[in-house]
Amino acid sequence: MKQPFPFSAIVGQEEMKTAMILTAIDPSIGGVLVFGDRGTGKSTAVRALAALLPPIKRVEGCPVNSETAKAVPVWAGLETKKVSKAPTPVVDLPLGVTEDRVTGALDIEKALTNGEKAFQPGLLARANRGYLYIDEVNLLEDHVVDLLLDVAQSGENVVEREGLSIRHPARFVLVGSGNPEEGELRPQLLDRFGLSVDVASPTSVDDRVEVIKRRDAYETDHEAFMVRWRAEDALVRGQIEAARGAIHRLKTTDSALRDIAALCLKLGADGLRGELTLLKAARAFAAFREDTAIGRDHIRAVAPMALRHRLRRDPLDEAGSGARVSRAVEDVLA
Amino acid sequence: MTWERATHAIALLAVDPAGLGGIVIRARHGPVRAAFLESLSLLPSPQSRLHPMMEDDAIFGGLDLTETLRLGRFVEREGLLSRSGTMVLTMGERCDATLAARLSAQVDKGKMPPLVILDEGSDPDEATPSLLIERLAFHITLDLAVDQIGILPSDYDFAQARERLDRVRTSVDAIRQITEVCLSLGIDSARAPLFALRAARANAALAGRSILSSDDIETAVAFCLSHRAVKFPSPSEDEDPAPQETSPDQCEASEQIEGPDQLGRLDDRVLEAAMANLPAGLLDGLQPRGTLGAGSGAGAKRKGNRRGRPRPSRPGVLSGRNRLDLIATLRSAAPWQKLRGAEAGRIKVSPSDFRIRQFEDKSDRVLIFAVDASGSAAIARLAEAKGAVELLLSEAYARRDHVSLVSFRGQAAQTLLPPTRSLVQTKRRLAGLPGGGGTPLAAGLVEALALAETAQRQGMTPCIVLLTDGRANIALNGDADRKAAATDAASIARHIRSHKIDTIVLDLGNRPTRDLEGLAHEMDGMYVPLPRADARRMSSAVSSALGT
Repeated sequence: MKQPFPFSAIVGQEEMKTAMILTAIDPSIGGVLVFGDRGTGKSTAVRALAALLPPIKRVEGCPVNSETAKAVPVWAGLETKKVSKAPTPVVDLPLGVTEDRVTGALDIEKALTNGEKAFQPGLLARANRGYLYIDEVNLLEDHVVDLLLDVAQSGENVVEREGLSIRHPARFVLVGSGNPEEGELRPQLLDRFGLSVDVASPTSVDDRVEVIKRRDAYETDHEAFMVRWRAEDALVRGQIEAARGAIHRLKTTDSALRDIAALCLKLGADGLRGELTLLKAARAFAAFREDTAIGRDHIRAVAPMALRHRLRRDPLDEAGSGARVSRAVEDVLA
Repeated sequence: MTWERATHAIALLAVDPAGLGGIVIRARHGPVRAAFLESLSLLPSPQSRLHPMMEDDAIFGGLDLTETLRLGRFVEREGLLSRSGTMVLTMGERCDATLAARLSAQVDKGKMPPLVILDEGSDPDEATPSLLIERLAFHITLDLAVDQIGILPSDYDFAQARERLDRVRTSVDAIRQITEVCLSLGIDSARAPLFALRAARANAALAGRSILSSDDIETAVAFCLSHRAVKFPSPSEDEDPAPQETSPDQCEASEQIEGPDQLGRLDDRVLEAAMANLPAGLLDGLQPRGTLGAGSGAGAKRKGNRRGRPRPSRPGVLSGRNRLDLIATLRSAAPWQKLRGAEAGRIKVSPSDFRIRQFEDKSDRVLIFAVDASGSAAIARLAEAKGAVELLLSEAYARRDHVSLVSFRGQAAQTLLPPTRSLVQTKRRLAGLPGGGGTPLAAGLVEALALAETAQRQGMTPCIVLLTDGRANIALNGDADRKAAATDAASIARHIRSHKIDTIVLDLGNRPTRDLEGLAHEMDGMYVPLPRADARRMSSAVSSALGT
């Protein structure tokens, strides 16, 4: 299996890359929604992200990637409780997936062979402490969306079926990508994504040539290409790790909080979720930039991605939500 | 596309099946297609056939119930996609968006064997989902007569070409040329130039070259880019200010072609190659085509169908009116087999194990807007109507309704947008709606009715919203006859009523029209006179009529 295309080799797409790095720094920001036309590198970026994430410590063989032996669920029936490092899980949620595979269900093999009622964990278990990725998220069936909404909210997967009664932690960063022409997302699902970015192909010939050159090199001269970019990726990973440490020492000033509140008020973003996400994103961004306090520059940089999908839809506004956020930022943070 | 070119595409695919992904062959069933499909023998064998109506398990793999029960352990059935060789997806135009997305995911993961899609669609709207077209290098339309059938390419040494493929070098110039053509044709996807690059390489390998020539690039551009064009290149606009200067430039350029790598500035020629291949109906194709998953056919039981979204199965009693969910029933029976003392290889099922399939009954609503764009509805009124539809759209979006757009003016009516949930598409079509001409009210109603019937067959609940000033003056046969026009409209209205379709008539006239009120009555619909169409009032009128 070929290694995924390196994250740092993606040309341009700064907003998308920043959004992904921010969720890696602070997973509680709550995921990224990437919307854009076909062939703009949406899924490439998500796959690349996996290689960039710092490893996690987890109990070996634990179906929910528990951090400590104590947290391993009883139904897992683990005997060895050795803790080791493993890559952060990035789990694909394929379209057409059954509910059973998402939530987990009765282990039919054990039931058939031993007459034993055992739980077979699903994708939500595997994604715990990691990422859950949905490509073509707007084509996802409504009943699977409902499941996700519930779990993403509570951070816990509850299975009550076939005589099973199981609950396990399911905290994951939700990453979705899609093409707006395939249809819209339900506002409830939109809201579950912390950040949202719109991607488009680069507009300059030189950038586009660079895209093709790198992609071509990745395919025809794989080894050399990976060696060249793995070093860059390691650099970004180092920055993420440093930022994770620094984020707790960051100062949040009252004036930053006031700016954030004023911005959300101005835009009429519903609920407090917008404010919280904007704050977290700005903080993660400040940490990534190795600054010591959240400033207006940080807020300005992350406001579009934190707020654009939370605005009330206005079909008469041709400019799109991103432009509305930018206008509000200009007004409030002038 | 000529026979030679079409078969050449297959030859290129045979050289680099993994890199080029596959081909969409758009052709009606017939001797030409049959003869052409012989060329698929050049591709890796064996051929496996996929059909859009196949069960997911058969395509992607899943639980093999028979074996699982026989052996008493979990046995997985391999899907068709796990086979090597070539996949042939027949009736690609019937492929729905979900299947297309799942197949695309396999392509992206590199788990898809070379894919050949046979597309028999006849209308521009009836096409393979663009998700899939995007992921395959080639798209050819076979519209040849029987006497244009030629022979299959046989004089190539494919084994040698495949071997040479890795050694074909690419130059930055080649990449730049392809990229520039993409830009001028409005192609944004990065996949397109990558495919073109690979096709160029395959072409070089086939011809026994290890350096790309201008011919390779022209061939590749024609094959991979022309069908993706979203706009005509506009040299006239760009070159208008200084038309004289381009020709000396070109002279210089042609001198450079003498260089060792044979690659000068041949952008113009490359562009010509693409232009020559631009499909005739390009303007129709400028709108994103096939994104709606045209496969949602009448009567076909689609899994995600609005007719009944599968809900988790429930315990229940078999009554002949409901359906047993076999897997769920066996699942619920499985744990008790030891207790019930079942013999090996047999399953004891008791009535308490029965699980009944549940479907969600509430079907989606589709709002069909039939908009009068005639001269009498006047440009100003049309603008108001557009505003109203846009407002309604935002509400429809919140309610997850589908919307569809029909306009009528001049001699005929036209479906601008088949049912969709995409705001982006609807807004785009609505913005481009021209006005003027007569009022073929009856034709508009016929078109709306046809859409409504299709929607009903798909299990959706249609509702027609007619926006007009009611001055019908074009009859169904296209004659400018006021009386016949009114009679026709009334008879269609009765048809609509017999189909029990909800209707709302919004009168855009300056004064309420009695005729229109009568028409609404014929349809058993609601009549809302809006002397001065105010977008917000109109939208609230519809909302209250729908009871939301």
